[in-house]
Amino acid sequence: MGQMISLSEISKIIDNWLRATFNPTWTLIIEMVIAGVCVIGLFAVLGLVLVIMERKVSAWIQIRLGPNRVGPKGMFQSMADTVKLLVKEGLTPDGADKFLFNLAPLIAIVVAMLLMAPIAFARDFQMWDINIGVLYVSAVSSVMVISILMAGWASNNKYSLLGAMRSGAQIVSYELSAGLSIIAIVILTGSLSFNEIVHSQVDGWWIFKGHIPVLIAFVIFIIAATAETNRAPFDLAEAESELTAGFHTEYSGMKFALFFLAEYVNVFIVCAIGATLFLGGWMPFHIGSWQGFNQVMDYIPSSIWFMGKTFFLIFLIMWFRWTFPRLRIDQLLNLEWKYLLPISMFNLLLVTAMAILGWHF
Amino acid sequence: MSKGLPLWGRFGGGFMFLINYIKTVFSTVKSMLVGMRRTGYYFTHHKEIITEEYPDNRETMHLPERFKGEVVMPHDEKNEHRCTGCTACELACPNGTIKVVTKFDITPEGKKKKAIDKLVYHLELCTMCNLCIVACPSDAIKMAQTFEHSVFDRSQLTKVLNNPGSKIMDGVE
Ligand code: SF4
Ligand code: SF4
Repeated sequence: MGQMISLSEISKIIDNWLRATFNPTWTLIIEMVIAGVCVIGLFAVLGLVLVIMERKVSAWIQIRLGPNRVGPKGMFQSMADTVKLLVKEGLTPDGADKFLFNLAPLIAIVVAMLLMAPIAFARDFQMWDINIGVLYVSAVSSVMVISILMAGWASNNKYSLLGAMRSGAQIVSYELSAGLSIIAIVILTGSLSFNEIVHSQVDGWWIFKGHIPVLIAFVIFIIAATAETNRAPFDLAEAESELTAGFHTEYSGMKFALFFLAEYVNVFIVCAIGATLFLGGWMPFHIGSWQGFNQVMDYIPSSIWFMGKTFFLIFLIMWFRWTFPRLRIDQLLNLEWKYLLPISMFNLLLVTAMAILGWHF
Repeated sequence: MSKGLPLWGRFGGGFMFLINYIKTVFSTVKSMLVGMRRTGYYFTHHKEIITEEYPDNRETMHLPERFKGEVVMPHDEKNEHRCTGCTACELACPNGTIKVVTKFDITPEGKKKKAIDKLVYHLELCTMCNLCIVACPSDAIKMAQTFEHSVFDRSQLTKVLNNPGSKIMDGVE
């Protein structure tokens, strides 16, 4: 394509240069270091951007102004927050299990990093094109609950423990309907690889091609994703009105910041996955035979498409958070086991029939 | 499950259950969409924002009509107020904020008439409950919207509401 330099070309140039300069082992090591630095950089940027976005979205939804003192219109507020968290003392309570207490936030952030690996950020720009990407993501994301349980248990605090137990019940149950709605797309695509799933949407995103069943799967996926990232209206693990701060009650300073960052990065990841599965990942928006329109859409870089879709979903999740009140634990489990799970099972049946009969475009 | 009829009975019940179930799902989705429409409206309509950037817009800020700052007694241009000294406000106040000090005026006809000497108001005790205003039979006191009440000495918070030298309006009994 005759457009400006793309992310995949940059990565190819770097790769070729490294291969010409070093032997294969060193090339691999250096590339891994570059990828690691990029991921950490992305985390930092995501943390800053998503926090200010959330604060502004929440403010406008609640008819407030939100942060408006630091920088133009308060846009540097999250940097000030970061500095505050950096200089704060990271306290470890006396009665806590010190090793597990300090390990838990690290696990949270490492899981978030692992989840970045198979995501296709742009055309041919992916850290690890693994052929079971979808399975990998759903498997690794459930490790997240271990860090929360660990934090709750090691804090030696009743609120933390209650929060952690709730979070366990919640993530274990919502994983099911998230999984089932992902499987709907896997059935339609016939592949578990993110790359192939994106390529299967070249003639239309699944949310348009898949009729109502995929729409239902999408809605269920978004609900389950909100629950899995422990965000309101499913933030029972934190529930500040009843459990002070749930599993991270005892955390302060940078250890708290890691949990905080992990939450936002996880939101980004589930939205990226949702965008990849249902909204065509980095695929531009095309309308059937409108050649001119399609070409204009092709000129927008694929990374912008991907980020745009992801941030649209993130906004949707934030919109949920500031609209709906928090559920009680029994309501939460009712919703999953009596509504989402049966509906997504039935929906899966419909999708399968659709895939067999070839009812999608 | 061994008998035929209960199974059909169950099936019929199950059918009703299914209809109710689908109804619940639809009404839930609908009510959620209503909520999201409202918040979406606020998100896109920034003119609805009610935040007052207080010290910055001190001159132009807008306080709600029912905001209660302190009790005052309005006087007209002839330095006359409407207070008869009936002490209804003092009795109505739940925490002894108001003290009415009365005196007796001699009317032109030579009769003695009760009037106020001072209406002492302890701002530091007032909870802005509005009960005194409601209790006053002659609308002599009202709530003002001033709110910057900080002072360095609490004795400054004890105020006399009637102006010095003021007297009661004609025609107020
Ligand atoms: S507003 Fe309430 S507390 Fe204040 S003076 Fe009147 S009755 Fe007393
Ligand atoms: S302010 Fe009203 S209630 Fe109080 S003494 Fe005067 S007339 Fe009576």
